[in-house]
Amino acid sequence: MPSYVIPDKCDGCKALDKTACQHICPNDLMVLNKDLMKAYNCEPEMCWECYNCVKICPTQAIEVRGYADFVPMGATVSPMRSTDSIMWTVKFRNGTLKRFKFPIRTTAEGSAVPDGGYETGTEDLKSPLLFTEPGSCETEFQAK
Amino acid sequence: MANFETIEVSTDLLIVGGGMAACGAAVEGAYWAKKNNLKVTMVDKAAVDRSGAVAMGLSAINQYVDLKSGKNTLEDYVAYVRNDLMGVTREDLVANIARHVDSTVHLFEKWGLPIWKDADGNYVHEGRWQLMINGESYKVVVAEAAKNAIGNDNIYERVFIVGPIMDGDKCAGAVGFSVRENKFYIFKAKATIVALGGAVHVFKPRSAGEGLGRAWYPPWNSGSSAYFTLKAGAEMTCQEVRFIPVRFKDAYGPVGAWFLLFKSRATNAKGEAYMQTRRDELEKWVPYGKVKPVPANLRNWLMLLDVMDGLGPIYMRTEEAIKKIADESPDAKAYKKKMKELESEAWEDFLDMTISQAILWAATNTAPEERSSEIAAAEPYFIGSHSGASGAWLSGPEDLQTDATKSDYFWGYECMSTVKGIFCAGDASGASSHKFSSGSHAEGRIAAKSAVRYIVEEKPSLNYDAAALEAMKAEILKPLDLFEEHKDGSSDPEINPNYIKPKMFMFRLQKMMDEYVGGVTAQFSTNKSLLTKGMELMTFLKEDSANLAAADLHELMRCWENIHRMWQAEAHMRTILFREETRWPGYYFRSDTPTMKDEWKVFANCKVDPKTGEWEMIKRPIHAIY
Repeated sequence: MPSYVIPDKCDGCKALDKTACQHICPNDLMVLNKDLMKAYNCEPEMCWECYNCVKICPTQAIEVRGYADFVPMGATVSPMRSTDSIMWTVKFRNGTLKRFKFPIRTTAEGSAVPDGGYETGTEDLKSPLLFTEPGSCETEFQAK
Repeated sequence: MANFETIEVSTDLLIVGGGMAACGAAVEGAYWAKKNNLKVTMVDKAAVDRSGAVAMGLSAINQYVDLKSGKNTLEDYVAYVRNDLMGVTREDLVANIARHVDSTVHLFEKWGLPIWKDADGNYVHEGRWQLMINGESYKVVVAEAAKNAIGNDNIYERVFIVGPIMDGDKCAGAVGFSVRENKFYIFKAKATIVALGGAVHVFKPRSAGEGLGRAWYPPWNSGSSAYFTLKAGAEMTCQEVRFIPVRFKDAYGPVGAWFLLFKSRATNAKGEAYMQTRRDELEKWVPYGKVKPVPANLRNWLMLLDVMDGLGPIYMRTEEAIKKIADESPDAKAYKKKMKELESEAWEDFLDMTISQAILWAATNTAPEERSSEIAAAEPYFIGSHSGASGAWLSGPEDLQTDATKSDYFWGYECMSTVKGIFCAGDASGASSHKFSSGSHAEGRIAAKSAVRYIVEEKPSLNYDAAALEAMKAEILKPLDLFEEHKDGSSDPEINPNYIKPKMFMFRLQKMMDEYVGGVTAQFSTNKSLLTKGMELMTFLKEDSANLAAADLHELMRCWENIHRMWQAEAHMRTILFREETRWPGYYFRSDTPTMKDEWKVFANCKVDPKTGEWEMIKRPIHAIY
């Protein structure tokens, strides 16, 4: 099924200006059924299992069930993503549980400054130097 | 015609696509545009935060030349790429990306991407050119800098770009439609950066049920770059160079960390390592068979020979590799700690970028420290990176040309295609392999600065033919009209003799490519007779593309995605037919011309005449700059 929506948990993002899973799916798969106010994956065989809908869902209503044509049943992999890290819970078919936590970014959300704090050098459109160079090269730029 | 409002957007620099290359173009373009009072607009068919090939995340940055340490030179990187591609590469383009890529990676780190560091504060290398990262939010971070640079008001999300607007021999922008509301978009622009990704699902994938979506490269890469540039009449290169990655079988988890970082072996059913037992085969592919590292396609080839001899399954010996590293621990306590660390690293490698592989391990009760996992060659993909090379034929930078290269590789603006006003980056640009995520971003930056320079210097004046634009609108929306007209002609709208739905159209393309053009089923082998038959079937498919039907906006996008795939497929088929040799045996094998020939040490290029639709095949020389 790849990603699927648990009806009891999905509220159709009614309090938000857009349906989160529909907003984020890179392959335009998540659709809101406006009669039921529940989202669903409209083309599960085109799902990459990228988990972006799972990670973004404000009510944790979306999970992934492995591809039925080659994945044995019973395992789950579930993320909890915060602003600076992600916690994964992996449940094996035989019940074994594993947890992993990894950092996801080192700066505050929204704070990425395009020049990264490097001096913006040349104003010359003809020069091969890009706007943060040579500073961002952290060594001499290699012109021919 | 379906009732769609037409929205016109006038801009100077148009960026089509939203992935790594497009985000690089946005960051760089914004700076130079501001200096020159120009407007930049970006159009993405998805949401920029999570679009393109890095949408899920990545566990490594695969191009970092590390010029600042002094350990590597540009020439080293060029040699690595040249050898991996069996001599077929544009050294000027590769060197150009390589001299800017470190600068881009340093920006990523400043923006907030966690790059692994050792105890001395140096980057942890996975291999000579690769860095390990905590890359779950890689695309989010890179998108954030792009959005902060050009501003959200200049970004159109959920707008699918169909193709170029031409004014004579110049590109004048692009047309597309919203996949959320009935709106047709006309983007008028003086220069357009094409960064619409590679092509997946041109060939039948190994998993044809629900796992169809678990392609190695993302299924939303639908050949839109190739279509855009071909349709504009741009010359294309390396259209025969498909990439077939060897990955963990079925879920396509990455193998780089296992081969490079953990130094794992791959062995067959008898426990033999094909890289040793098949070593003599490499003699047939000299000089490239003798270089280190062995080119990716030849590594594939040695493995495929084992598989064809019935020696599968092929295993990545994860348990052996982990034990070998942990055994270096001085005592039992350190051993336990090291095992824990390696286990975590192994799982993160998948969780960052191929979560399906983690599910598959869990579902098969696989602990990598306990037992091996199968690896296999996937299906063919079209990408401008890795060991792929397909894309548009671009002008290189002026300062990296030699007297010999200048007349062939340079025509004014770096990263510009042979069509004025079309610049390409990432998977849209050809013959500049091994650029990966970081190099694609760097290439987007190079293209954007160059495109701004083109606008400032050339001051292109463009004319728009309102009737021609209206005709494009009608053609683009036709699948909706066709569906409305005929849908009541059958009790199940999926089965109707008056049209074909995009999914079945895609399956028809995939089956044809698989069986005639050397897909998985044909063990990546083809010949002139098969290709000629394939071309005949392609003619029928092209005719039937005029009968694609869409029930809604989502299907309308699928219709056009599959037309894009079809154009990529035809360019591939024609170029494999043109190149009468076998140069990349692990990617495809021409059984009627089974060896590598000196006279084919050239680029095999092609283009389509926009007026007549005629294809032209062109040989271009390969020049060294080093």
